[in-house]
Amino acid sequence: MIALEKRPQPSQAWTWATPVLAVLLTMLVGGLMFAALGTPPVEAIRTIFWDPLFNPQFASYSRPQLLVKAGPLILIAIGLSLGFRAGIWNIGAEGQYIMGAVCGAAVGLAFYPAESVLIFPLMVVAGALGGWAWAMIPGLLKVKFGTNEILVSLMLVYVAESVLASVSSGLLKNPDGMGFPGSRNLKQYPSGANPELIAGTGMHWGVVAAFIVVILAYVLLTRHVLGFHIKLSGAAPRAARFAGVNPARMILFCLGTAGALAGMAGLFEVSGPAGQITIDFNSGYGFTAIIVAFLGRLHPVGILLAGLLMALTYIGGELAQLMLGLPGAAIQLFQGMLLFFLLATDVLTNYRVRLSNKAKGTV
Amino acid sequence: MTGTLLSLSGLTKAYPGVVANDDISFDIREGEVHALLGENGAGKSTLVKMIYGLVKPDSGTMTLRGAPYAPAEPRAARASGVAMVFQHFSLFDALSVAENIALGMEDPPKPRDLARQIREVSETYGLPLDPYRTVGTLSAGERQRVEIIRCLLQNPKLLIMDEPTSVLTPQEVEILFTTLRKLAAEGTAILYISHKLEEIRTLCDHATILRLGQKVATCTPAETTARELAEMMVGASLKAPEAHGRTPGDVVLEIRDLSLPAPGDFGTALRRISMALRAGEILGIGGVAGNGQDELLAALSGERRSAPDAILFKGQPLGHLGPGARRRLGLLAAPEERLGHAAAPDMSLTENAALTAMGRKGLVRNGLVGWGRAEDFAREVIAAFDVRTPGADTAARALSGGNLQKFVIGREVMQAPEVLVVNQPTWGVDAAAAAAIRQALIDLAAKGCAVIAISQDLDELMEIADRFAALNEGRLTASKPMAGLTLDQIGMMMGGAHDMEAAHVET
Repeated sequence: MIALEKRPQPSQAWTWATPVLAVLLTMLVGGLMFAALGTPPVEAIRTIFWDPLFNPQFASYSRPQLLVKAGPLILIAIGLSLGFRAGIWNIGAEGQYIMGAVCGAAVGLAFYPAESVLIFPLMVVAGALGGWAWAMIPGLLKVKFGTNEILVSLMLVYVAESVLASVSSGLLKNPDGMGFPGSRNLKQYPSGANPELIAGTGMHWGVVAAFIVVILAYVLLTRHVLGFHIKLSGAAPRAARFAGVNPARMILFCLGTAGALAGMAGLFEVSGPAGQITIDFNSGYGFTAIIVAFLGRLHPVGILLAGLLMALTYIGGELAQLMLGLPGAAIQLFQGMLLFFLLATDVLTNYRVRLSNKAKGTV
Repeated sequence: MTGTLLSLSGLTKAYPGVVANDDISFDIREGEVHALLGENGAGKSTLVKMIYGLVKPDSGTMTLRGAPYAPAEPRAARASGVAMVFQHFSLFDALSVAENIALGMEDPPKPRDLARQIREVSETYGLPLDPYRTVGTLSAGERQRVEIIRCLLQNPKLLIMDEPTSVLTPQEVEILFTTLRKLAAEGTAILYISHKLEEIRTLCDHATILRLGQKVATCTPAETTARELAEMMVGASLKAPEAHGRTPGDVVLEIRDLSLPAPGDFGTALRRISMALRAGEILGIGGVAGNGQDELLAALSGERRSAPDAILFKGQPLGHLGPGARRRLGLLAAPEERLGHAAAPDMSLTENAALTAMGRKGLVRNGLVGWGRAEDFAREVIAAFDVRTPGADTAARALSGGNLQKFVIGREVMQAPEVLVVNQPTWGVDAAAAAAIRQALIDLAAKGCAVIAISQDLDELMEIADRFAALNEGRLTASKPMAGLTLDQIGMMMGGAHDMEAAHVET
């Protein structure tokens, strides 16, 4: 009989070992799934994890993509992780990401075709504010009326998608676009563009911002009073109130920060890799970032690594679809397994597995 | 009152890391009131859970009236005539007394018949109770009656009572004892679990004493002094706290007409609380659980705010200030619930030290926490209060109740408060730790700190407090010097019998 026995305190070793174990289990079970689909499993795993970085044929294209994809994931996941640590469940980063892109792009397009070095910073601020404002809706509703932030933030994703569809064929539509939906391409507007900073690396301002935010979040969580209060609010809400934490302020701070970071990620994406506002601008970064946040153990450094890993499965997944003809759904399933196994193995940090064949007590 | 009713032989039950019961054997005779005495963690609960079929023993046997007895579940125990009144009631507030009782029955009779039976039983045993009252409107003592009557309707041969007096005033305790004596006289055996020595000496015929999972003695309580009982229970001679000659100083804390609505559906509203507290004195606040203790602590700690001048600290209004600001001024608090309120279970002792000591110990500079200094402070508390822990980086939940409580109280005491408010400072704590905590509070007062000790343990308050006041339904009585008060007067201050009249018991 297998019994779970609660550890007196969480195991440090398992805290770091579970993500590795989850990745290995995902490879194993994912490989079985690929085999069932008729694809050689080893080749599929290699195509996903190895080829994007080291295959001479693809690496020159795929390698820069790693940072391009990891940047927004890390930026959003860091913001989400603060809330998740405090027990505030913002599921709507995708919506905040869209609104950040829309607001930031709108500011840039409003100045078009004027040139100034101030325009891009202004767009970043507008992007952050757009995401922040979108996150304040569930925040204020929760503080004032006790609504559930999970539902409200999630529902607002669909509202944001409608807003995106509306502006891309309305307000922000390219006047010179011959009637096609979609805004002007910001890549062709030097003051409003977020270019690749070092050719061939994929590094753009959003990636720089993500690295800076990782460092700031690390300092916040390990050294700052606010970080301590965030952790305390999640670990023991009553003790947090006793310590003097104002729950309403905590909710607004966590949702606001997550919204602002997601909004910034949206702006960096729309002004850089995507280039323009289109109906299908968003690609699920806001949702994937939830997986990244948990895969990284809600720890800034962990999120950095998890963001890179998740980006790799994205790029490798695309490659696998292209080269091996794997269905897109199989790749999504593979990514989903990662979160599933992470949550499943998580039990090991707090519980010890005991194998016992002890006979039942004699009565 | 002759034969043996229940005989326990070699009962053993081990949990991972601890042997809760180790080879326990004793007999309960028919019609006797048998006390099961022991500290928290001595194994009393595990033992009665085995008798009531909630836990299966690892080894050992029980016989009931000579026949093997091994209940697989409480239903089997009840069918054999064993009933139990738990410390925490399992009643539905929104239902009536009769409905609640019917819910617990295998085959409830018609509502009208049941109501009649409830009336009969309640009158026979001096526990008047209206079957149609809604449970939500009953006092704690009346709720306990519902549980007792629920048991009596099954005509039990053995009635187990787990710490029944912790929710009762002294007057209500008297009524309960009359009932229990009558039951015993009719031949029902009662297994009475408690750690209150005087109660056991007045009520019980025999006592079995448990310590660390083992039976250490069986004795006749009436022929044993309370001190001997205590020493058998603890296993060492106890040092009574030394009182210091204290001279109260100026008024440091004043509460004026403090009223706060109840937090949520199950809280208690505070009604026009007024009092003044002087430096160097200990004010003991008694009362039955649920009469506003938690709410008063929250209002003083700053977790709940009030009108600014409802609370004055050295003449300065602070009702509107939060916990952090009050701590900086010198008003500190230690709530009742250790895990989750006073301390975060999954966080280390260092982090838990920083939880309240952030401001007064200068642990924060430019918004950054000095974790080194926090750890030093945690170590100081651990050393000064003899907290048994592998180190300051141990999670709070890994500590035993007594050790964590010493840490929580120590954390506040070592911040040199001017006013310290504690709620249930020794609840669920072993006797040695309790004595250390009481001594710390007395020493603190001797240094000129004003202490408010909210407690449901009257013995504790009599031991440490200079003055006594009682909370009753969110109201605080005027305070009186502890020295001249009799148990009877204290009981009246706590609300007397809460209008529960003992019906005339025919014997």
